Amino acid sequence: MEYYLIVSTIMMFVGIYGFLTRRNLLAMLISVELILNSVDINFVVFNRFLFPGQLEGFFFSLFAIGISAAETAVAIAIIINIYRNMRNIQVKNLDKMKW
Amino acid sequence: MDYSAIFSYMYTEIALVGVIVAALVYDLAAGKKGRQAFHGVMCALLLLFIAGTVYPYHKETAEVFGGMYVYNPVYGIVKSILAIGTLIVFLQSDTWIRKEDTEFKRGEFYVLTLSTLLGMDFMISAGHFMMFFIGLELASVPMACLVAFDKYKHNSAEAGAKYILSALFASGLMLYGISFLYGTAGTLYFDDMVAGINGSALQIMALVFFFTGLGFKISLVPFHLWTADTYEGAPTSVTSYLSVVSKAAAAFSLMIILMKVFGPMSEYWQTLLYIVIVLSITIANLFAIRQKNLKRFLAFSSISQAGYIMLAVISGTPYGMTSLIFYVLVYMVANLAAFGVISAVEQNSGGKVGMDDYNGLYRTNPKLTVIMTLALFSLAGIPPFAGFFSKFFIFAAAFEQGFHVLVLIALLNTIISLYYYLLVVKAMFITPNDSPIPAFRSDNSTRLSLLLCLAGIMALGIVSSVFDGINLYAFGM
Repeated sequence: MEYYLIVSTIMMFVGIYGFLTRRNLLAMLISVELILNSVDINFVVFNRFLFPGQLEGFFFSLFAIGISAAETAVAIAIIINIYRNMRNIQVKNLDKMKW
Repeated sequence: MDYSAIFSYMYTEIALVGVIVAALVYDLAAGKKGRQAFHGVMCALLLLFIAGTVYPYHKETAEVFGGMYVYNPVYGIVKSILAIGTLIVFLQSDTWIRKEDTEFKRGEFYVLTLSTLLGMDFMISAGHFMMFFIGLELASVPMACLVAFDKYKHNSAEAGAKYILSALFASGLMLYGISFLYGTAGTLYFDDMVAGINGSALQIMALVFFFTGLGFKISLVPFHLWTADTYEGAPTSVTSYLSVVSKAAAAFSLMIILMKVFGPMSEYWQTLLYIVIVLSITIANLFAIRQKNLKRFLAFSSISQAGYIMLAVISGTPYGMTSLIFYVLVYMVANLAAFGVISAVEQNSGGKVGMDDYNGLYRTNPKLTVIMTLALFSLAGIPPFAGFFSKFFIFAAAFEQGFHVLVLIALLNTIISLYYYLLVVKAMFITPNDSPIPAFRSDNSTRLSLLLCLAGIMALGIVSSVFDGINLYAFGM
């Protein structure tokens, strides 16, 4: 079980690191997906090893996958809209509103 | 399975789904003439919905779907307050939504807004973390679409991107926290989880991660960086919805979960909230002083108001819950009045939202100016208006639990906030201006909504039966 948790923790913090350092909206979105996937691994591992008699963790990760897919769809739609408005998706161009 | 229980306890959500379906069908079926009346039809439907669900039909707590969904009269009251806020936002949105580039997607505006309302209802009534998570996402995903609604405008797209990415990040962190709660407690039901909460290091980490997710929704200070940008870029009606309804729902469900699930860890989350409250109120106030755009200004003001709302959460008593609901109600009418005025001015003057544009507004639009002034006075907490009473109750709730220094800091901050609220009033009444925004007449539904808000600002504090009525059902830790 520890090995799975090590993997998920690394994924989580790689995701956070990527979210904070990437300067492209799509790369940021992928980093967030890493975070969400590490959460799914966590739920499944806890359920499989700690509470094998029940299904709550499995179901939670199923729902989390579905909902994160919906979120990603909306995020990509918004990113496409940004691309249409200014022809690229670099974060440094999203600076019209500051402070 | 007994279906009658579902209908007798989940009536709010079922009725709201009905309204959403009706809006979808109307959007498809109505012809050109029908679309002219779309706004009126939606407001009437929502009014009908509020009238049908405002009365708490059951006095007891009940569970549906094996504890996934919890019914409680207090939840019903909060849901009605949120629905009233939505109705006022709808009333104010008419001029904006009739514009040429948004006219063809009016139906989407109504459906998306009502979907977020449905998500908030489920979030409040959740008895299980999965239900809570689905409700939260149902409230925040359509919200991102609403923020990016003016899709030809650069600002709106930018605001949408900032909102959805921060929302995804926050919900990822929150889920990470919930996963460790599950790992340590072995269940996701709120009621069963209490037994497994023992304040171990892992659970403290989980609490912090979980709090981050909701702190983002409420826009408390370490998690507030998206707020000002999103508020400025989003269409004004959406901003007002975001600042009031969404924030109120998240604050209330945060209180419920902190009390129900994290009750045994109260010393940890009270420390956490203590720091967050001091930061939110102070930093937001300092930033609000330097804003020149009224929407940004109100964004920072709403962050500091969120800090005040947290003062009720930190107490964890029934009295605290009553004062939270009352504060949210009063804050809602005052903030929606302010946003209503901003929206009316913006629509009728070609998009002016700067504070300098308001110079000398009193000479041309005296009525709007007076409403704005009263709303700002209520937000600042000046005595005859409702804002004073709601602030008083909140301070009393926190003081009762021994947070004396915290209440003192909050009190000092109300003085700072008075300064920047008065800056706007000064701009409107005193600052001379040769060419103020010309006089205009806003449409009838906006006038109606402003009248409703005005009545709320004047009456809510004095009519004590409102507070007592909420107090009847409130419960504590």
